This record gives sequence, structure tokens and C-alpha cells, in this order.
Amino acid sequence: MDLTLRVRRFDPDSDNPEPYWQDFSVTVEDNATVLDALIKVREDVDGTLSLRCSCRSSICGSCAMRINGHATLACKAQARDSLGDDNVIVVEPAGVMHVLKDLVVDFDLFWDKIMAVEPYLQPQGPEPEGEYIASNESMLHLSGVTACIMCGACVSDCTVLEVDPTFMGPAALAKAYRFTADPRDGDEEGHSEDRLRMLSEASGMWDCTRCFECVQVCPKGVAPMDRIMSLRDQALAAGMDKNYGARHVQAFSDLVEHSGWLDELRIVPMTMGLGNVPALLNVMPEALRALSHGKLPPLVHPELPGAENIRNLFEKVEQGGKEPEGHH
Amino acid sequence: MKYAFYPGCVSRGGCPELYPAAKLICERLGIELEEMPGASCTGAGVLQEKNRTLGDTLNARTFAMAENLGLPIMTICSTCQGVMSQANYRLKNDPEYLAQVNSYLAEEGLEYKGSADPKHLLWVLIEDYGIDRLTTLITRPLGGVRLAPFYGCYLVRPTEALGMEDNPERSTSLEKLIEILGATVVDYSGKTRCCGFPILTINERNSVAMVAKHTLDVKDLGADAMVTPCPLCHLNLDGFQPKASAQAQRSIGMPILHLPQAIGLAMGISPQELGLRRHIVNTAPLVTKLGVRA
Ligand code: FES
Repeated sequence: MDLTLRVRRFDPDSDNPEPYWQDFSVTVEDNATVLDALIKVREDVDGTLSLRCSCRSSICGSCAMRINGHATLACKAQARDSLGDDNVIVVEPAGVMHVLKDLVVDFDLFWDKIMAVEPYLQPQGPEPEGEYIASNESMLHLSGVTACIMCGACVSDCTVLEVDPTFMGPAALAKAYRFTADPRDGDEEGHSEDRLRMLSEASGMWDCTRCFECVQVCPKGVAPMDRIMSLRDQALAAGMDKNYGARHVQAFSDLVEHSGWLDELRIVPMTMGLGNVPALLNVMPEALRALSHGKLPPLVHPELPGAENIRNLFEKVEQGGKEPEGHH
Repeated sequence: MKYAFYPGCVSRGGCPELYPAAKLICERLGIELEEMPGASCTGAGVLQEKNRTLGDTLNARTFAMAENLGLPIMTICSTCQGVMSQANYRLKNDPEYLAQVNSYLAEEGLEYKGSADPKHLLWVLIEDYGIDRLTTLITRPLGGVRLAPFYGCYLVRPTEALGMEDNPERSTSLEKLIEILGATVVDYSGKTRCCGFPILTINERNSVAMVAKHTLDVKDLGADAMVTPCPLCHLNLDGFQPKASAQAQRSIGMPILHLPQAIGLAMGISPQELGLRRHIVNTAPLVTKLGVRA
């Protein structure tokens, strides 16, 4: 199979250290991966092409990069399935992280975030006489999140990290969940309140936009965003509801419960807090602009016909118990 | 062609220009719409953070209402579409779960039988209505106008729940539609990224930074406007563009069109009727370029 790799290159030691595109045309086996094609370029065409790889079988997590605009493992992406127009495959280094050379990025940002969530068990109760016992079920449901191979694909494509490098990010938050959901972590009941408090702060769980990028690109089905939603669930259950994120969820839920649909006029002050004058003043220009364009939601928000049925469902389902954690 | 119409909250709230624009173009296209007045909010993914089963139950309720009407559901919001598709995916793939949800609906005399297949107007036009038929109604093609697509996360991810594998054309449907309208597609990597709206009240700085990034990216590529099938994206990209401009310290001035407005313009409907004056970002330069009367 003949194909062209369009590679985003960068050499910090060149006279003109600017990123640039370079096309490489190679012939590979029909069942080749994109990594196979890249290695072929490095071996046969241009030995200066830099990339990371080791296992070549989606285990070590070394070869995450952007292929046709989205992060993935180069050793998992079949070349045949990645062909675009004119048999071109576009290859770029992972996003968000600083590029060292060609397809090699600096993982410090990734590891700093993982370390910040203290990724090890921290039992707080009295030590058991024998070993810590964890039920099969409680560990089975963690198997999804422990499948993480730390490849950084989720960090590369995170929409929040793109604009704010201080965000903890999907990999670290999923890792944190791996401990908050472990029955051996935290107090005797397995509640990890200290962790949840730390994760509820700015740049933590509530900064995720729920954009699904990390769920989509994770090569191992870790679904980091789902773990972040479970963290929010745990934080709310632990009564940590004094922040904008938690209040937003509560306000949204209350408003839909009341009328059956969202009252957009009221959700903002309810999230900010009615007494929070500086925050309310901050959104005033937008509110006034909307008003002057006839865009402000109606002052009177009528309830839907049959809204009592909706209220009824809120009551019934919320009593009926929630889905088990990690269910998706 | 007839659909059970699910307009969502925002097209009747923060983007009141969307609802009439969508109704107007459907009327001209000959797509009949029947409303479901009692259908609730989808939960927008927010309610689901608190209780996913509750969110899925509300959506199953809407699906059951449409089944009772014997009509397929049409949405005009990427977020509504995505949340419905995700709920439907879970309900269809887990009979036990569906039974549990139906037990909640029983008191109201509703049952979701699992036949719903909600579709965004964008998909309806390309998959059901047909490109050829649509093309014949484009009486004032938007030639010379450069439009940048902006999908909204929930219309592109997660691909499994959105049926992208069986309908691969969905992933390029917005570009396709822009071409049908006669405009030039401005391609850029931000088209499937997040507009920032979900964190607007939580981390405004980041939310607005996303607005600045996407609008400036397409401005630098010479776009005349952006087109979005998502009113939540519109709220942020349009409503918070002045703030984004201040934060990025660059002027932007990028008009944001709702999908039905872009279609309406190409069908010769006036900007006034399509509610362009209600936008925060001035659409006058775009209207001038189109060479039509405001
Ligand atoms: S080389 Fe090990 S994951 Fe790709």
C-alpha cells in the first residue's frame, strides 16, 4: 500500500526553529499501523525523524500523537483506516504538551498533574489486623479506570487544557477517582473526603466542560470524563456543594424539576448566589446587551403542561436509588 | 414529511430567534412539525451529573410521547440531540434498565418501546430530506461567502451513541450543508471543539478563552461568519464575544448564524424575518456582503 505521511516537524537546534510540514511517501504492508509507516520513514528515508515508541502493541503508552487531528496511539491506528484524500495521513505531535522535537513532547506537565493527586492509597482508619480486604465487585468496577496506560492522549485533546494549563486534566482526575472509589482509601467507610475537598477546588473536577474529547480519544476505554462526573457525584453526596459547579448542577435540577424546562434567567443568579454582588455585576453587561437585543429569556417562565408528572418523576427516581457508580 | 418537533429550552429562552427561524424554514421546505407541549428538558448533561437515571427517564418520557404520535423526533440543538442519543443508546442496549425506567413512567400511562431515533435538523436534511431536493430550494445561493462550521460537542461525540459508524456522513454533514448553500467552507481544527458554554458560570475565564480561540481562528482564515446547529454554542460564541474580544485584546466581530438562519438566507428569506437583528455581534457586514436588504 502506497501512502503519504504529512508530518508536523520541529527541530529546536535548527537555524530556524519553527514547526513545518514535511511529506514522506512510503510503501507499507496492507496491515501496517501508522507507527509502522513512521518507523519505515525513520529507517529508510530520514533518520532524523524523532518519535517515541516501545511495545508497538498498545501497552506501553509511548506513541500517543495526533493522527488526522485527533490523539491516538500510532501503534493502534491502522494505516489503511487512516488514509485521507490522496492517501495522505496527517501526523502531528500530541497537543497541550510542549514539543521537544518532531513527534516527541515533554511529559512533565502530564506527570506533574498525576503526582498532584497523590496517586497512592491513603487509608485513614485504624490499621486492620491482617490485610486490607476489598470486595471483588468494588475492584472489578475499578478495572476500567486502572486500564489507563498513561499515554497522554486525553491530555493532548482536552479542550480545557488547551486554554488553561492549570486544569488538573482528564488523566489525573481519572486517576484520582481510582482512589476515591477504592474502598481501602479514606476513612473506614472508604470515603475519601480530603481528596474530594482538594479536587473540588479551582482547576479541579468542576472545570471540565463535559466535551467528551477524552472519552472519544482514550485508546483504553478509561472514559476519563465519566470518572470526573462520578467524582462530582461523590463530592455532592459528601455535601461539598459550596462552589459554582455544584450550585449550577443543583440549580439546574431544581429549575427543571419545578417547571419541566430550564429557566435560563434564573439559573445564573442561582449558580452565582443571590448575594454575590460582584459576580452578578460581572455578568451585567452581557445581560443588558441581551436585553437590548430582545434576547433575554422571558421574565415569566411558564411551567409545561403536565409539569406535575415531571416533578413526580424527580421524586420517584431520586428515591429509587441511583445507578451503581461507574455505570455507563 | 412530518416530525415530532423537540425545540429544546434555549431556542425559546436565550436564543428566541432560533425557534421561529427553524419553524419558518421547515414550513418553506414542506417539513411538517408537530410539537410535544409536555416534553421536558433533556437535562443537557447537567442533570445527568446528579442522577443519570433521572435524565434518561425524562428522555424516555419524550421518546414515548413521540411513539404515541407515531412520529420521528427532530431536534434543533446539538446538545439536546447528543443527550437524547446518549440516553437512547443506554436504554436500547439494556432491556433491564429500560424496564426500570418504564416502571417510573407507568404512573403517567407512558411506556417507551424503544423505537425512537431522534435526529437533528442537520441530519434530517441530509439523510431524510435529501440533498437534491434541498438544492432545488436554494434560490439565493451564498456564493462568495466564507462560512466556518461549528458543530457543538454533543453532535460529534461520543461517536458510538450518535450512530456515526452507520452514518459516517454525519461527521461532515455541516460542511456538506454549507456547500449546498453555495458558500465556501472555512476548515479549521476548532470546528468540533468545545465552545465553553457549559463552564460559563463556573470558570468564565476559560469559557470565554474558548470563544476567543475559535472566533479568532476563523477570523484569521478569512471567514465571514460561523454557522452552528447548537444554540448553546451560539449563546457563548455570540453573546460572550465582546467579553472574549476584551480578554484576548483583539477585535473580533464574527457573526454567528444558527443553522436554520443560514439555510433561510440561501432560500431567499430576509435577515429580518430570520431574526438576525437579535444577535449580539453585528450581522450587518455579512448582510451587506450577501447583497440583500436587511
Ligand atoms: S508503542 Fe507502546 S503503546 Fe504504542
